[in-house]
Amino acid sequence: MSDHTPDAAPSEASGPESAAPASFGRQNRQVDPKLLEILVCPLTKTTLEYDREAQELISRAAKLAFPIRDGIPILLEEEARPLAED
Amino acid sequence: MSVIEVVKKSALRRNVARALRKRTPGVDFLLRAAVDDLGDRLATVERVFERAVLLAPDTHHLAGMVQASGKAGSILQLAPAAVGLAPDIAAAVADEEALPLAPASIDLFATALSLQWTNDLPGAMVQIRQALRPDGLFLASLFGGSTLVELRDSLMQAETELRGGASPRVLSFADVRQLGALLQRAGFALPVADRDTLTVRYDSAFGLMADLRAMGAANVLTDRDTGYVGRDLFLRTAQIYAERYSDPDGRIRATFEIVSLSGWAPHESQQKPLRPGSAKVSLADVLGHDRPGKSQAFTGSRHDLPERTSPPQQAAGGPAIRPSGTEPRRSE
Repeated sequence: MSDHTPDAAPSEASGPESAAPASFGRQNRQVDPKLLEILVCPLTKTTLEYDREAQELISRAAKLAFPIRDGIPILLEEEARPLAED
Repeated sequence: MSVIEVVKKSALRRNVARALRKRTPGVDFLLRAAVDDLGDRLATVERVFERAVLLAPDTHHLAGMVQASGKAGSILQLAPAAVGLAPDIAAAVADEEALPLAPASIDLFATALSLQWTNDLPGAMVQIRQALRPDGLFLASLFGGSTLVELRDSLMQAETELRGGASPRVLSFADVRQLGALLQRAGFALPVADRDTLTVRYDSAFGLMADLRAMGAANVLTDRDTGYVGRDLFLRTAQIYAERYSDPDGRIRATFEIVSLSGWAPHESQQKPLRPGSAKVSLADVLGHDRPGKSQAFTGSRHDLPERTSPPQQAAGGPAIRPSGTEPRRSE
């Protein structure tokens, strides 16, 4: 129920002073494949498949497709799209 | 799942997102205090954690602290709403108690002011322990039992007077002893639970309630009376609050208890208690003389946490209880 669009970017004033070498990134709004070594389906803890075209992370076990918005996976059951039985 | 839903998670996420879009200046003082506390504890660990996962309603301070510490190789941040995630760091939106983390995949899990918003805290802790690789570290700060006692009491009194009964409006928070025991039950080694109490003063209960809303901490209880609360109830609550919990200058006090937890995913290199019966020197010899009734052995099992007959320390700050009697580990 997002009744507002985000009206301001999150404040950057509180950001880090020193950028430590981070091997995960959010470059090009793509999900870093290394991230998928850690991120799993929140319900079944099984592997997620990355669908680059649809920008979704798919859990075959839970039969759910989790959306990726602006490079951020939304791993909430209530936001997921049920997969059709096949 | 047989867990009773006390916290309505979708309402919580909505409140947090709404609050973060406004970003009222200054209301993040509790989160800053909690992150500072995590930072102090992280600073005592001489080790770099290859993969760190951070969880907070708003991860900006936490991510900044962990990056500045230089103790994390790579960072993944989790928050209940995208607006609470720091830019330029890997991130996902997740539920505090349905964590999207692969088993034995991370080395550090640090969380600030998130875990009190759970229906199944033991389950969340088990998920965290399972996500950690052996010798991985769990650091948490969360609200403890005496948080908002004054508001809880004033609301209950006002509602009883005006409505003839009280409905839950402030979430109950676990106390430090329960939390220490939970760490052990969830399978963490070298568990430590401390607490720190902050007293914040406001002009009136309305200032406090406005701050709580701006923090995203508006009522999220599923079981509340969902109808219109009524201005009369808030007015009477503020009156009772002022009568019972104000200082001589008329300002009111609000208590926030922040509990700090740490524990390690078990690893054979960690210190362990000796096997019962393996001691070579009798305790009585060490103590020099018999003191019947005084020397009670504490076995360290989770069933045997010492029952305190005296109330826990009332002083603000300082460790309240260290269930395992161990110090945070210094280094590898």
